[in-house]
Amino acid sequence: MTFDITKIRSDFPILAQQVYGKPLIYMDNGATTQKPQIVIDTINALHTEQNASIHRGVHFLSEQMTERYEHARQTVQQYINAEHLYEIIFTSGTTGSVNAIAFSFGEAYIKAGDEVIVSEMEHHSNIVPWQMMCNRKNAKLLVIPITDDGELKMDEYKKLLNSKTKLVAVGQVSNALGTINPIKEIIKLAHATGAKVFIDGAQGIQHGKVDVRALDCDFYAFSGHKLYGPTGIGMLYGKEKLLFDMPPYQGGGDMVERVSFSKTTYNTLPFKFEAGTSNYIGAIGMATAIEYLQNIGLENIADYEQQLLQYATQKLKQIDGLRIYGNAHDKISIVSFLIGNIHPYDLGMILDKMGIAVRTGTHCAMPLMDRFEIEGTIRASMAFYNTFGEIDKLYEGLVKAKMMLE
Amino acid sequence: MTLTEVQDEIIHEFEQFTDWMDKYDYIIDISKDLEPIDVKHKVPENVIQGCQSRVWLVSEVSNGKIVFTADSDSTITKGIIALLIRVLSGRNPDEIMNADLYFIDKIGLRQNLSPTRSNGLLSMVKQMKMYGLAYHTKLSQK
Repeated sequence: MTFDITKIRSDFPILAQQVYGKPLIYMDNGATTQKPQIVIDTINALHTEQNASIHRGVHFLSEQMTERYEHARQTVQQYINAEHLYEIIFTSGTTGSVNAIAFSFGEAYIKAGDEVIVSEMEHHSNIVPWQMMCNRKNAKLLVIPITDDGELKMDEYKKLLNSKTKLVAVGQVSNALGTINPIKEIIKLAHATGAKVFIDGAQGIQHGKVDVRALDCDFYAFSGHKLYGPTGIGMLYGKEKLLFDMPPYQGGGDMVERVSFSKTTYNTLPFKFEAGTSNYIGAIGMATAIEYLQNIGLENIADYEQQLLQYATQKLKQIDGLRIYGNAHDKISIVSFLIGNIHPYDLGMILDKMGIAVRTGTHCAMPLMDRFEIEGTIRASMAFYNTFGEIDKLYEGLVKAKMMLE
Repeated sequence: MTLTEVQDEIIHEFEQFTDWMDKYDYIIDISKDLEPIDVKHKVPENVIQGCQSRVWLVSEVSNGKIVFTADSDSTITKGIIALLIRVLSGRNPDEIMNADLYFIDKIGLRQNLSPTRSNGLLSMVKQMKMYGLAYHTKLSQK
């Protein structure tokens, strides 16, 4: 299939606008992605024509919405190839998912002296919940170091693993560097010592096919809004046995079977973990985004984004004094960099006025910035609706900003 | 010059720029003229923490007036600081305390001072006014 970029761009109405009188060049996709018209229309239609609370109603609208919500779960299940439908839990996003496991898995499986492994390149949301859990349980948090190129030191990882390791929590892809981690090997090694593995898929799920059964990961999570879907919705996948053993992390409506003041029994999976009124419109919106991506083809997306990455990398490297952070062999379409001694904030501010949206700062990965002894970087994170022409504009913008600031 | 006169002067200077790049060129330019702060003041206690760029702010009282010196690791932030110092430094504490900094809005830099911009500038304005209040209280007790 040829990749029809004009058609694809026309699916995303926000991209057609101008900011400060310049065509918008949106390269902050690592933070959030834009929404195709079909997702916008679906959410609009759900509010306009179909809104009703799910699971509890006896009336027409409620039954219809419940059906669509459960169908969304099926879409997600198929998307990541989970074995059972009830292994898919809707959450508020990746952060919500991590916190859910950190509490529930922690309660069921972690005791004093146990060890949890994360990596030096993790997003704060894949560090802090584990720190909190370790503090609560008197467990120990250990860190896999990385190389100067931004790859995990797998030898060091192997040394960290031992019989006390209960969980390994790593990102599929680094949000700040773009590194694609060897998660299949990470999982295999962890399982060999009896540890469970959580994969933070927030930056991975939108760039290629994920198969949780082939990976054999114990938990996997992602957010809707980084997947061209709405905000406030995400997903947690967990293997049936683990989810079954884990206590719920939030109490409320819908997650119970029978409530009395002397004893409450919980609902079955996945509802045990979905307390309160679910974000059903978000879930259906996210499923619509998944279907949209499947129509374009995840392999087509991955191929095109790799071309963008290669082009951006060689183009930006032509700028004198530009240093790329994250030169891993396997990367997604993220280029994180600094130029000379210029503060990233200054470059970001000037690019903004040229209509170019990038992210500057620590990217919620302060330990990683400490590792490189920098305050932050400028990050251009590209999606399949970005173009080679936009990369040229980024290059020209940076050359101009550099001239102004040096 | 009064607080109003200085602000009007800055607004007038910015009126000549039709384009954002010219504005930034000017801000970058004036950042270079900012009186450097004494190295001994460049300590963590004087840092106003924004998420992205750091600002150091020092105040001293001389003849009843507050004199500010400041620095930042970001050039653009430093340029905006230079403007704030031009407006507020060397004034009476109560004048600083009650200053209506309307020039920021007029020259289009309001977004740089919104609470959602984590560049430390809003905190800097707050801190300058706090110094105004603190010195006002201190001087009125004498």
